[in-house]
Amino acid sequence: MRYFCFSLALLLVGSLSAPRLKAEERVEYNRDIRPILSDNCFQCHGPDEESRAVDMRLDLRESAIANIGDLAPIKPGDAEHSSVLLRVTESDPDLRMPPAETKKQLTPEEIELLRKWIDQGAEYQEHWAFLPIRDDEPPIVEHPGVDHPIDRFIVRKLEQQGLSPAPAAEPETVIRRLYLDLIGLLPEPERVDAFLSAWEENREKVIDELVDELLASKHYGERWGRHWLDQARYADSHGYTIDSARNMWPYRDWVINALNDDMPFDQFTIEQLAGDLLPEPTKSQQVATGFHRNTLINQEGGTDDEQFRNEEVVDRVNTTGAVWLGLTVACAQCHTHKFDPITHREYFQLFDFFNHTADVNNDGPTVKVSAGEMLLDDVDPERLEEIALAERQLEELNQSQASRQIKWEQSLLESSASQPVTEWTPIEPTDAQGLSETKFTTLDDGSQLIETQTARDVYTLTYAAPTAPIAALRLRVLPHESLPQQGPGLASNGNFVLTSIEFLQNGKPMGVTLAQADHSQPDYPISDAVNGKPDSGWAINIGNGSAPGAKMNAAHEAHFTLEEPLLPANGPVTIIMRHELNDTYNIGRFAFDVSPTAPAPLSDESLLQLVRTPADKRSDEQKKQLATKFADHDVELAEARRKLAGLKRDLGLGKEVNAMVMQEIAQPRETYIHIRGDFTRKDKKTGLLFSDTPAVFPPLEKTGERANRLDLARWLVSDDNPLTARVTVNRIWMRYFGEGLVKTENDFGTQGSYPTHPELLDWLAHYFMESGWSMKKLHKLIVTSETYLQSSWNQEELEAVDPLNQLLGRQNRIRLDAEILRDVSLSASGLLNSEIGGPSVHPPQPEGVYSFTQSKKDWTADTDGDRYRRGMYTFFYRSAPYPFLTTFNMPDMQSVCTRRVRSNTPLQSLTMANDASIFELAQGLALRVLSEVKGEDDSARRERVVRLYRLCYARPPSADEVERVLAFEARQRELFTAEPEAAKAVINEQLAEITSTENAAAWTAVARAIMNTDEFLTRE
Amino acid sequence: MSNLLDRTRRHFFSDCAMGVGSLALANILAGNEARANTSTKPALRSHFAPKAKNVIYMFMAGGPSQFELFSDKPKLRELNGQVAPDSFFPKEKNFAFIGKGAKLLGSNRRFQHHGESGLHLSELLPHLGDITDDVCMLNGVVTDVFNHGPAKLFMNTGFQVPGRPSLGSWVTYGLGSESENLPGFVVLQSGPRGPRGGNALWSSGFLPSSHQGVPFRGTGDPILNLTSPEGFDRERERGFYDLVGDLNRQRYDITRDPEIKTRIAASEMAYRMQSSAPELMDISSEPKHILDMYGAEPGANSYANNCLLARRMVERGVRFVQLYHTDWDHHGNKGDNLGEPLEQRCREVDAASAALVKDLKQRGLLEDTIVIWGGEFGRTPMGEVREDYPGRDHHIDAFSLWIAGGGFKPGYQHGETDDLGFSVTSGKVHVHDLHATLLHQLGFDHEKLTYRFQGRDFRLTDVHGHVVEEILA
Repeated sequence: MRYFCFSLALLLVGSLSAPRLKAEERVEYNRDIRPILSDNCFQCHGPDEESRAVDMRLDLRESAIANIGDLAPIKPGDAEHSSVLLRVTESDPDLRMPPAETKKQLTPEEIELLRKWIDQGAEYQEHWAFLPIRDDEPPIVEHPGVDHPIDRFIVRKLEQQGLSPAPAAEPETVIRRLYLDLIGLLPEPERVDAFLSAWEENREKVIDELVDELLASKHYGERWGRHWLDQARYADSHGYTIDSARNMWPYRDWVINALNDDMPFDQFTIEQLAGDLLPEPTKSQQVATGFHRNTLINQEGGTDDEQFRNEEVVDRVNTTGAVWLGLTVACAQCHTHKFDPITHREYFQLFDFFNHTADVNNDGPTVKVSAGEMLLDDVDPERLEEIALAERQLEELNQSQASRQIKWEQSLLESSASQPVTEWTPIEPTDAQGLSETKFTTLDDGSQLIETQTARDVYTLTYAAPTAPIAALRLRVLPHESLPQQGPGLASNGNFVLTSIEFLQNGKPMGVTLAQADHSQPDYPISDAVNGKPDSGWAINIGNGSAPGAKMNAAHEAHFTLEEPLLPANGPVTIIMRHELNDTYNIGRFAFDVSPTAPAPLSDESLLQLVRTPADKRSDEQKKQLATKFADHDVELAEARRKLAGLKRDLGLGKEVNAMVMQEIAQPRETYIHIRGDFTRKDKKTGLLFSDTPAVFPPLEKTGERANRLDLARWLVSDDNPLTARVTVNRIWMRYFGEGLVKTENDFGTQGSYPTHPELLDWLAHYFMESGWSMKKLHKLIVTSETYLQSSWNQEELEAVDPLNQLLGRQNRIRLDAEILRDVSLSASGLLNSEIGGPSVHPPQPEGVYSFTQSKKDWTADTDGDRYRRGMYTFFYRSAPYPFLTTFNMPDMQSVCTRRVRSNTPLQSLTMANDASIFELAQGLALRVLSEVKGEDDSARRERVVRLYRLCYARPPSADEVERVLAFEARQRELFTAEPEAAKAVINEQLAEITSTENAAAWTAVARAIMNTDEFLTRE
Repeated sequence: MSNLLDRTRRHFFSDCAMGVGSLALANILAGNEARANTSTKPALRSHFAPKAKNVIYMFMAGGPSQFELFSDKPKLRELNGQVAPDSFFPKEKNFAFIGKGAKLLGSNRRFQHHGESGLHLSELLPHLGDITDDVCMLNGVVTDVFNHGPAKLFMNTGFQVPGRPSLGSWVTYGLGSESENLPGFVVLQSGPRGPRGGNALWSSGFLPSSHQGVPFRGTGDPILNLTSPEGFDRERERGFYDLVGDLNRQRYDITRDPEIKTRIAASEMAYRMQSSAPELMDISSEPKHILDMYGAEPGANSYANNCLLARRMVERGVRFVQLYHTDWDHHGNKGDNLGEPLEQRCREVDAASAALVKDLKQRGLLEDTIVIWGGEFGRTPMGEVREDYPGRDHHIDAFSLWIAGGGFKPGYQHGETDDLGFSVTSGKVHVHDLHATLLHQLGFDHEKLTYRFQGRDFRLTDVHGHVVEEILA
């Protein structure tokens, strides 16, 4: 029913703030008249020229009071002689306004308001939301002890209606409320205890300290980041019908981190809209522009990319309008806005800001980001600089690949002329160890054969101190009849992946300056075995790019030249061979040889022939072969990669992905009006358009010749922009009270509702800007007000006057957001993995989710700690989202969502009761209370109910509640005792260990029930 | 207080004209026990007396070929193999895959007149021939978009980008639901894969999410999470819902929050659904002659079963049932062409679609149930050359779709196309017109069935659409 309240609220706003007027009361244009005119008249007598019926506008006073014939539409001071009034009261339906075909009619009450307003002089006001933000002093109120500025505004209004605020909420409610609102988790009972005892001493202080503590928690960024991600339409897939996965999580992590750092909202805005255009943008500023890379990409065959690029630009314009300005600019895509002063032309001037990015319905520009990188905090800037430097070096090497290959080719040709022969001497290890049960056998030729292998094996080989200096080593991998397909590897096809080879003498790692192999699988060059990355290595399969006649199941060799020679004086030598990519991809038979000199380049006749073929005569296949060979030799690149990987590993960074970012193209595209919003119909008559902001707002300052996204972003957060701060504080307010001060939080235009507390809204907006756009300061201000801290229970005297609680004579109860429902279940059960950020995760989901999608998605439920991550990290496929989340009204992420609806449906009841991912948390909760409160006598059971209540609701149960729950528990136990099979089915292994089966099953049933109560799902 | 009530009521009826809203309002203001959303009783305020109250929409995903099924074009056969005229490829026109130089493709299917209306049907649809006197055939349907995903969205929501409410959501929003135990809008799926576009096709968009289509699966749990965790039988579940209900009522006594009452009602409906949904899905209780007529088999996941389920749903008060049957995209690859793959699709749907109409009729349900059969677009008169199999590209300028029941003119054909079937020559019905007409039969003026979102009154038909009076009885 909640959504009905929502739509009703829109309708009731006017009625409350404008109680029936007595004759002498002043009618206000913005509050009383504009809604009437806007709803009924502006469509034809408003800003849109094309739909204007006659040349008369009622939205501008000078037009409205100008005579047409004998009469003016509005004659100030004389309603009886104003044609508007005559027309709306006209009895002839053909003449009455609005015309019959609009199916609209003014109510007698509205007509009365119009009459009074005209009689009082018909004073117009500019639309309130477009006026500068005011800074009125909070009013003085009669209630004693009210001094928080927010409370003064709120109580003043209540007093005007003869009302008082609700009593303050109980301390247990307060701490649970603050936990849920600020970090989205439940307080532990011990934390509640500490809070309660401090509350006795100094309520104000303890609240103050708790708020500081929660705002400093890393979970704050998750809780409030998720609100922002709704507006960013963040998802983990491209959308439309193919809907394949994308790597957007670096942007998500950026948001979390920015909020935790309390990045000022103006900077937060600028980096997301135009971080790429800042001077020398950091990687983090580029990742921030992922905000507008959250648009959909249509990968269906036969798609016109230009069409969907235009869709993306349109979405970026509309989203920017909705998020920062709270305006429905989308209306002006097809025609001049009917109600708000945004013309069709101005829409496409906004469009021009976003019309020049490099992505065209595709991934477009990306930057490489490692897991954790966007969350780095308190890191020595020098280390970041080192990483940046290593990244640049790697990038340069990638750039110079072609020229370095040419050099290499030349050196091959030169050295092939005079080739010394390398002297290789075999060596045998004194010891060979694998990971666990690995069995090595030394064959007659001194080579090692693996007879029993271990998954992802690591071989550690020890050799006696050399008798002479060693400059290079040779690894030979050899076939053997005992190996799959004769080897040389242990994979079923005889392949292997050597992910790393390390040479140590006396514990000191020796650098490798050159690695070469006689043969490598394309994309698995030998240099990848010395690049320090566990997800790449040397392998030997044949593929596109292999030399003609190359074989996998044959002997192969690789040479490694060391930076410094191994010396006799330095003792024994250790060689470590790692196989970290696949379970069975271990080398099956191998031997090592040493040489006192650096080895000659591997002479390979077919390679030399390739090199001798002029570059422009090489076939694509030959080019690929040559590139594969070069990659084998490209130790410089491998070394750069190894260095970067090492630096990142030191900072605890993980998997690296390409994050989509915004980037301008060099030559701007041409922007025209799209006739009726159709991108194929460009209005050439009006001509080329250039970026600009709508005329109704303060002017835009350009830094260059043509205004760009950066100018737009700065304009949005400039001091004289009347909307951004109002819209933003209103949305933050809405999260705390269920409703904004402006109910239509997504429409601050003339069709939107008038604020219930206009002075408070402006005061907050002003405070927000004055505080340096600090979101944390604003949060603290709001949640330390008594308005926020009061009880949410319905108050009898209030219900009669203000049933929808617009005056905030009490708090509102709010059903928790979808992700938070999962989070509170996790935190009550004690199973929560509170890790922050990183790639999205896959908790269990019911069977059958993909029976309605075009393609099945790969959804294997995580079995490690990722199974218990917060709801916001759940992987989100747009075409088939995680059902738990959407059942509880998570938006579909197809377009901007500034406010979620909250429904209350049977499917939600079924989900909370039966979903496997929630049921396992109910088991976890049962296990927790059974282990925290031991014993099976009556008092233990009672104590356990108390514990359960405190974990879930932060409060102890009433006596009635204890009796009711215990009666249920006893009955369930009885039923489960009679049916031991059912009891076994209900519990898991851990529960089975802690108590009797029927007891464990009964408490699981109790935990499940508590997690299904309204109170558990609700922020009181 | 009475003022407030008056004003609000008036607002509701003038702005929204939504009976559902007025009911909710009465509940809130009177403090009555609120009902769960999905079981809103039809305290309806239709704009005029509805002719129909239910819809069954058989959505043939991929775009069936009108040339092989409904539209016999001798001229096209005559010019088979000739290059299509340049006028078929104006500058602003796009096809998904073909371009200038594509050759005309005549159908080799035999056509025959059926019933009193003389409807032309191909040999692939013999059973449809039995019900032509109940069918209103539209031959001049046009749409705006030629890719599958966007075109399906357009057919369902009147908009080609995801995010707007679907037809089924608008209908349940407008009419409420008659079922205490089942959702008002149910989606069924058959064929090898789900329809392109996914859940956006039955999304409630900005309408309350209780109006979104609920997918029912043919096998296993029809609704996700319908079954209690293992070990919880009916008796234990009764105890569970009683406890949750009691604790919620205790909480209500303290907080007086009407939302809790809604939650109690929703829980009770959830409990009832646990038995009503499996009962609904269990077709083994149907007599053999009925199963045979549809070609349905208990336990199978087939289009035929879904047709039978659709009837059972309508009988039980489900307002809008949408059946997706996929793989009609016959471009001319080995697996998707106008030969055997098309024949196979027709075998899957022909008897069952006809049986549904017959069955509804014999039960007196056809009068107030609109049955629709069609895809997101049609196919081109030009052939597509891929792997030496006959195939056609997507065509948006003229295609066919049929409707039965719900006050549509039975035994009637509307709309004609030119000799080559490229354009509509008379009786054009745009997707927006179709939507307007469907809403009209359900008692709503498509211009007045609106929902205010982000400052604008949105409607299914955006700023378009005309009721096609000619096809109404």
